[in-house]
Amino acid sequence: MDYFDRFAIPHPSPAIYASMVAIGLTVIAILIGLTYFKKWGYLWREWLTTVDHKRIGIMYIIAALLMLFRGGVDALMMRAQTAVPDNKLLDAQHYNEVFTTHGVVMIIFMAMPFIYALMNFVVPLQIGARDVAFPRLNALSFWLFFMGAMLFNISFVIGGSPDAGWTSYFPLAGNDFSQSVGTNYYLMSIQIAGIGTLISGINFITTIFKMRAPGMKLMKMPMFTWTALITNAIVVFAFPVLTVTLLLGTMDRLFGTHIFSMTNGGMDMLWANLFWVWGHPEVYILILPAFGIYSEIISTFSRRNLYGYTSMVASIVIISFFSFLVWTHHFFTMGQGPLTNSIFSITTMAIAIPTGIKIFNWLLTMRKGKIEFTVPMLYSVGFIPIFTIGGVTGVMLGMASADYQYHNTMFLVAHFHYTIIPGVVFAMLAGLTYWWPKMFGFMLNERIGKWAFWFIAIGFNVTFFPMFFTGLDGQARRMYTYSEASGYGPLNMLSFVGAVGLAIGFALIVYNVYYSTRHSSRNIGSDPWDARTLEWATQTPVQSYNFARTPHVDSIEAFWDYKKKGTPLFKGDIEKIHMPNNSGVPFIMSCIFFVWGFSFVFSMWIPAIITTIAIFACMAHRSFEKDDGHYISVEEIEDTEKDGEVLAYENR
Amino acid sequence: MKIDNSLPLEYGTEQNKLNILGFWIFLGAEVMLFATLFATYFTLENRIGNGPAGAEIFELTPVLIETILLLTSSFTIGLGVHAMRLGRKNAMMTFFAITLLLGLAFLGVEIYEFTHYVHVGAGLQVSAFTGILLTTLGTHGAHVTVGLFWGLFIIMQVKKRGLTPATANKSFIFSLYWHFLDVVWIFIFSFIYLKGMM
Amino acid sequence: MKRKLTLLSLVIGILAVMAGCEPVMVLDPKGPQAETISNVIWISIATMAIVVIAVFALLVYVVVKYRASKQDADYEPPHIEGNPIVESIIVGIPIIIIIFLSIITVKSTYEVEATPKGYEDQKPLVVYASSSDWKWHFSYPEENIETVNYLYIPTDRALEFRLYSYGPITSFWIPQLGGQKYAMSDMITTLHLAADVPGEYMGRNANFSGKGFAENIFHVEAMPADEFDKWVEEVKATAEPLTEEKFTELLKPGHLGQMTFSGTHLEFLPPPEGHNHGSDQSHEHAHHSDDSHGDVETDHSGH
Repeated sequence: MDYFDRFAIPHPSPAIYASMVAIGLTVIAILIGLTYFKKWGYLWREWLTTVDHKRIGIMYIIAALLMLFRGGVDALMMRAQTAVPDNKLLDAQHYNEVFTTHGVVMIIFMAMPFIYALMNFVVPLQIGARDVAFPRLNALSFWLFFMGAMLFNISFVIGGSPDAGWTSYFPLAGNDFSQSVGTNYYLMSIQIAGIGTLISGINFITTIFKMRAPGMKLMKMPMFTWTALITNAIVVFAFPVLTVTLLLGTMDRLFGTHIFSMTNGGMDMLWANLFWVWGHPEVYILILPAFGIYSEIISTFSRRNLYGYTSMVASIVIISFFSFLVWTHHFFTMGQGPLTNSIFSITTMAIAIPTGIKIFNWLLTMRKGKIEFTVPMLYSVGFIPIFTIGGVTGVMLGMASADYQYHNTMFLVAHFHYTIIPGVVFAMLAGLTYWWPKMFGFMLNERIGKWAFWFIAIGFNVTFFPMFFTGLDGQARRMYTYSEASGYGPLNMLSFVGAVGLAIGFALIVYNVYYSTRHSSRNIGSDPWDARTLEWATQTPVQSYNFARTPHVDSIEAFWDYKKKGTPLFKGDIEKIHMPNNSGVPFIMSCIFFVWGFSFVFSMWIPAIITTIAIFACMAHRSFEKDDGHYISVEEIEDTEKDGEVLAYENR
Repeated sequence: MKIDNSLPLEYGTEQNKLNILGFWIFLGAEVMLFATLFATYFTLENRIGNGPAGAEIFELTPVLIETILLLTSSFTIGLGVHAMRLGRKNAMMTFFAITLLLGLAFLGVEIYEFTHYVHVGAGLQVSAFTGILLTTLGTHGAHVTVGLFWGLFIIMQVKKRGLTPATANKSFIFSLYWHFLDVVWIFIFSFIYLKGMM
Repeated sequence: MKRKLTLLSLVIGILAVMAGCEPVMVLDPKGPQAETISNVIWISIATMAIVVIAVFALLVYVVVKYRASKQDADYEPPHIEGNPIVESIIVGIPIIIIIFLSIITVKSTYEVEATPKGYEDQKPLVVYASSSDWKWHFSYPEENIETVNYLYIPTDRALEFRLYSYGPITSFWIPQLGGQKYAMSDMITTLHLAADVPGEYMGRNANFSGKGFAENIFHVEAMPADEFDKWVEEVKATAEPLTEEKFTELLKPGHLGQMTFSGTHLEFLPPPEGHNHGSDQSHEHAHHSDDSHGDVETDHSGH
């Protein structure tokens, strides 16, 4: 039995046992359901083996939403615990685990897949491509992310969750101070998901550089594609740093090196530096696609072209460059002296300039427009004031001397939620609602969507605004409780109330999906929002080959010109289309990665070696495989395009 | 599959062009990976705790042998790609095989070097310096190992399928990878060994 | 939009009232460093308020004026690429603001990283503040006394804290006296503070350090110099001496109440002094981990 003791949770509670049972029952229910409805084949053929960027995008969305709720429950638990002084709902250990997993899940396993969901679905359509450059690698990216996420999530029922914060600073995260396997889970699961992200980065850069429709010069790309390009460039440069950081952490924890340790020459400050060399660019990896989404939505619903396209592009390029030059601002208080701090203060504040340009450009886009407040537009308009508060507090935090007082406090927590929630979550919800009809062939209910928006927007402000004050009043972040005498009670209670409002908002979104699935009209045409970019020139639902004929582009808004001025978009005859074959290898390889990660977490070397060999065997298999894809014949295309709106457009 | 005959075989199809660009971007990521390892190495170089310093453990002979082996292999793979462009399959396979043998010899010397370090008390767990030294060298060594298998598979494919756009593309990409490992080694040689021995 | 803005202003209003009852700690400084920072914060809030108000006003104006419901059905919004003058304004004004704030930042950062203004010619009181899970040890080398979890300081005297840690990275913070700074295991960081006003203040570790983090608080009391001296004398006369054995016991993870000793642990367990540890190995192994501080090795000092 001793062997199995390591899988036990070091610090159990009834809630964890209850979740174990719940997870077990859910898994059994899913398995039985799949068998009963005979859906195994469908699942395997249509989803697990798919290499279609649209389906992969949808799977990313499902995974991201699941993780959003996991992270959201963590958040509610934190707010409930701190709602009143000296609360006993969670103890210190559980609270530490909860805020650690909240951070990791929300950043790595919610925000990242969400942006890749939308990039996957939208970018190839926006540039008029048939798929991404490497469809099979794309599937591998998704499954690696998914298995990483699953590995991370089983930590709380097998072996114990990580508890050293999402930043996992050593030596706290080292073996001396974190004895459970929690931090191993952190290292391995992020490593696996990170490899997936890196592959996506390479894939999308290649796609955007090489597969644009004829005539679409770089400076004629839609803004979302531009942000996707720059984001993936940041990914390619930043994620290897994370890979090495996690590798070195793993070496310290599993192989006894002394890189971050307190003895034998180890350097505890090094982890913080390496982590944030990745970590700060990561912030912009999340925010830039959001900027792209807002640009598309604001332009569409103002019925105007995007103001200052060139300066928008310039600003994202400048932001991406600066994102690598500010990491020290995450630890101004490390004692590196006023000169270093001053330099990093200035680079940090300088980022406000290109960001400000974007805000003003959006305002100027709305000016002289004809603004319609659809749900995506509500999120976009709501984003501007909230993000402005996040931005200006960011400048305040960037001032090194003042940061000595804000650092590690609730003020900081308030700030980054004021940027990430409007910047990422609002954008993802806006983008999801906006592209939903293209994905699923019906629209989400506007009325329920608006209710959800108001709950989320107001709930958000009620939750996080008080934190600016508690922070200035000396409430450090990550405290599982505080005394009544500190006086933090009322404002924390207010935060909890706001968190409940947020929860209601997200519940409404779930209800909206259910309601709209049942009641929304399926007869919405291919362009329900009267939008401007190429993805709306496809059929709804989008055919596997996206475009029957490749579009030809000669302006930033080719589809808009096509609709308004009749500029032809599709030229020539339909030709047979080459498509990649589905493959089960990415899924199987990722499953092996899961076992590989799990073996490392528990230092089980024999399975670790076997799975390592198996992973390389999968790669060898791929190398020897002869897979030239297949062709879709002209007849088949003409048949599916018969009712296609775009052909109809042209024939009118 | 459309084949454009005006270009070298490895660039011949659309997918081939994508593969090559994608691989260059991958190499960009690899540069960052090794750059991070180097940065960490330089930070920890003098943090030797109770263990030995670089100057005490580095030996010039094996390092020189490794360097010569790897530089030569970079040259032979270049010849291999040249032969491939001329359509000379057997010459190409021979040069690739020589490359892999040189790589194997390199790996052998590196394994000797590692056992030497452990013998003189510079094992992985001794100090921050030995930890990052062996991790950096090990990462490069692991890349070479992967390359050996990859190269072997490519030779087998070329033998079986001949020089097609697909195999030419793979061979060319593999040569990029191999040159890259050589470049990394030059950095390791100059900034870890030579600097450490001075 | 209006609904939202009224609600938002309501929330802000309520908070402002609540905050107004009692000034928040950071903006209620009791020493020169905290005061400098407090002023910087107020300047930044005022500057940023201008930005926020400008953006909010523009947003409300645009959103109200250009709503679809207020326009003709056949109104076609114009195609406008951009305007160099407008764009240079939206670049130029932020640049000016950032330059202004940069100057303030650099100036104030140098200020708070040095001996407080007006105290330059004094010899500062040196206190070594070291953290262990989850306590603070305060060693007064000149007075030759040591306390745990409480800190007595004289007012109107420059204080120089030398910070290090016997465990995870912690952050030494007394909000009403000044900003925080990390305490780490392999180097000493220095924090300059001073207290103008006698009184009791909250001090804590602000950087997450594990299970006992929330309670990792210490009590600060600032008192006039003569009272402080009296306290020192009293401690010297009455407190038990700090032995190495006792200190080893203190380092064990857990919480302790307030304790007082004569003598300091600096004598038998020297702090990781000497900056730029990258090239200096003399302190690496001697005194960091909980289990190795029994043997004080000095053999590496010649390295």
